[in-house]
Amino acid sequence: MARPDAETMREQVAGDGRETTVSHGTVVVELAPAAFLATAQELKSRHGFDLLLDVTAVDWPEREPRFDVVWHFYSTRHFLRVRVRTRVSAADPVVDSLSALYGSAGFMERECHDMYGIRFRGNDDLRPILLYEGFEGHPLRKDYPKRREQPLVPYRK
Amino acid sequence: MNANLKRPAPALEYLTTKKDELVGWARKFSLFPYPFVTACCAMEFMSVSSTLYDTDRFGAALPRFTPRQSDLLMVVGTVTHKQAPILRKVYDQMCEPKWVIAFGVCATSGGFYQNYAALPGIDKIIPVDVYIPGCPPRPEMVIDGIMQLQDKIARSKHPIVNDRF
Repeated sequence: MARPDAETMREQVAGDGRETTVSHGTVVVELAPAAFLATAQELKSRHGFDLLLDVTAVDWPEREPRFDVVWHFYSTRHFLRVRVRTRVSAADPVVDSLSALYGSAGFMERECHDMYGIRFRGNDDLRPILLYEGFEGHPLRKDYPKRREQPLVPYRK
Repeated sequence: MNANLKRPAPALEYLTTKKDELVGWARKFSLFPYPFVTACCAMEFMSVSSTLYDTDRFGAALPRFTPRQSDLLMVVGTVTHKQAPILRKVYDQMCEPKWVIAFGVCATSGGFYQNYAALPGIDKIIPVDVYIPGCPPRPEMVIDGIMQLQDKIARSKHPIVNDRF
């Protein structure tokens, strides 16, 4: 079987209200949060994207909905990457968790929760992973003050 | 009579200064460093402690990997707020007398890290004797730092029995 290139893959993934483009050889899929879990399942089972590379977010303070949540997947069969992006609001920053589909999702979702305060429905273990218990706020949000420190050890003097 | 109680006899005073000199001389050549190595400065630390620059010459050769056996804490690299309690515990576990070197600009002041994660200088939580700036410092600067610490040890008082002796 010939390996599909990015454009072919884009055509296969398109449909169901998903906006698809190809950017620098990566298939980009934009969709509504509600459609995400089904799409991820389809990407894994039908299109062979068996590796979850990254879960992260982008903060657009002036925009509504405020956050982009971004996933990157890789297919070790087709040597292709796909970027899935969805938008969530600051009032209710919730998306579905991938921890049932990909074992590696747990840690990355915890990091994303640390840094941006995105909550992942279905991931019960959103304890801090890079930050520490008691840390207030989400440091990679644009409204986190740059110089705000939350020391664990009281300063001398 | 009271004056005698307050000040030791001149002979004892002379002996005390000589004792400090002797103990300082011994201590400055037997620094046992504990490397608290967290970041990229570690590369420079390895370079300065290995053959070419050879901190062995200053008696600061043998790293002890338990703070209880060491008297020089070398904090090499960035310390984050999350790691600060560990550094504090390591410092508290060291026996007196103890000295601290802040190796590199991150340990000195936080360096270019001014954010939610990094501790802006280890002197916010533990006292520091010698700061070695640089990102990373040149081996010559580290050697200079160690020699300055040796001078400091040689000049200090070294009470053994009580504050007076």
